[in-house]
Amino acid sequence: MANYYQPEVECASLEEMRAIQNEKLVKQVKRVYENVEYYRNLMDEKGVKPEDIQSIDDLHKLPFLTKADLRDAYPYGLLGTDLKNCVRIQSTSGTTGRRVVAFYTQKDVDMWEECCARAIMAVGGTNEDVCQVAYGYGLFTGGPGLNGGSHKVGCLTLPMSSGNTERQIQFMQDLHSTIICCTPSYAAYIGETVKEMGLKPEDLDLKAGIFGAEPWTEEMRRNIEKSLGIKAYDIYGLTETSGPGVSFECEEQTGMHINEDHFLAEIIDPETGEVLPEGEKGELVFTSLDKEGFPLLRYRTRDICVLSRKKCSCGRTLIKMSKPMGRSDDMMIIRGVNVFPSQIETVLLKEGYSENYLIEVDRVNNTDTLDISVELTPEQFTDTMKDLTAKEKALANAIKTMLGINPKVHLVAPKTITRSEGKAVRVIDRRKLHD
Amino acid sequence: MSVKQISVFIENKKGKLAEATKFIASHNINLRALSIADTQDFGILRIICEDPEKANEALREGGFLTTMTKVLAAPISDEPGSLAAILEVLSESNVIVEYTYASLSEKHGAYMILRVDDNQVAAAALAGAGIKTVDQADLF
Ligand SMILES: [Zn+2]
Repeated sequence: MANYYQPEVECASLEEMRAIQNEKLVKQVKRVYENVEYYRNLMDEKGVKPEDIQSIDDLHKLPFLTKADLRDAYPYGLLGTDLKNCVRIQSTSGTTGRRVVAFYTQKDVDMWEECCARAIMAVGGTNEDVCQVAYGYGLFTGGPGLNGGSHKVGCLTLPMSSGNTERQIQFMQDLHSTIICCTPSYAAYIGETVKEMGLKPEDLDLKAGIFGAEPWTEEMRRNIEKSLGIKAYDIYGLTETSGPGVSFECEEQTGMHINEDHFLAEIIDPETGEVLPEGEKGELVFTSLDKEGFPLLRYRTRDICVLSRKKCSCGRTLIKMSKPMGRSDDMMIIRGVNVFPSQIETVLLKEGYSENYLIEVDRVNNTDTLDISVELTPEQFTDTMKDLTAKEKALANAIKTMLGINPKVHLVAPKTITRSEGKAVRVIDRRKLHD
Repeated sequence: MSVKQISVFIENKKGKLAEATKFIASHNINLRALSIADTQDFGILRIICEDPEKANEALREGGFLTTMTKVLAAPISDEPGSLAAILEVLSESNVIVEYTYASLSEKHGAYMILRVDDNQVAAAALAGAGIKTVDQADLF
């Protein structure tokens, strides 16, 4: 059953979408060049003028913006319009470096809320639903974004914010909430609390959940779906572009449709900045096509993912992005291959090893070496050499299949990999010591 | 018919083997046999001792990664070719020998410790050739 908020955009043909994007991009680049001195300087340095951007095919000519630019330009340097036109500020928690402060005009807020409305309708939401928003409210974008989207769909909205879990569950029961929006870890916690309170998933009317703002696994998805008796959907966004709703999952649950009429997506090689073709893995870059308050062009998200235009059974034609597979900051280049610790971790867990491992990269005779030490579990230890060397070999092969390069695997005794703050140190790149 | 062997995982780092053997000595574990197999990365220390359950417990509590396996102990005479004879009997019965090492006791003489893929078939084959595998208690 198709359920769209703006079908003319969500199901537009590729030509129609390109026409929208071309028109918006040309206007946006002109506006940013005129209004944002910081970006005008970047364009001038690169020798790019607004008239050089005639369509999205010219996008690659524009300079990138990074988190460092946001820091340098804090707080007003990237403002795209007069402050008097802005009505809202949202901000990140600022755990790394200075916090991001983003400005919104009323039009920006409406656009953002419409993106969230698309996400809610994609999980089956209508004006007959009761939508419980258990994201934090305030400077954090989670609560305000989904709250606004829920209003736009016409759901009865419960602005619960996060915390006070028993009261959340009480409201769920008394007011028959059908949709829950929160972080996946909070959803998992609500699921556990439901059980502790002696309730069953059937005692709740929930049918769907929209969960984002932090990484989560397929296994978490299954657990949440089981413990709350719902279908669990992913949502993606960042304060720099607006907030949640930049992309969202549909019933197919195979990646998130990007609201590309507002956010133009590219995948680049994080090392060279070169744009990669569809289907290749790299760093996700967003260009805000119609933001007024905080119009970032070619903003590097540092999230590593893959884009796909494969036909989706939900009927939407919006391009899809995979769940982020890692951060470009974590990326290592080993023998010319991009390697993420998360890829290695995936293999280790799949092969039954613990998450205590150490990746050591070095350069010997001008060749990169990759050594992976992993702690054996008591169940894996046997008395024959043959078994253990076979295990080492099988693991090395599995990692080679994943990365395309041969690692050296070392099985080590439990609790021998040094931990800092309870967590194992994951990567040591000794090549840096030589440079 | 079989005896219990404790295998201890040893990282191939300086001092790791000494650490394990010191631990064994300091816990009054009465050893009858000890062997070490190693690769570049790690080794496996295998021991036969009195009261293996208790020794295994102590090693685990001491933070060692261990596993217990049932192996065979076959008496061996001083004559040349007696090990070859045992291996030939096993080979004829299609028993796969993973590894062997020697155990010596002043009181009971020499034994070969045999790690095979099927203890029952191997013990029966050896018995048929007049070689009687012994129990844990017989070694001490
Ligand atoms: Zn879809």
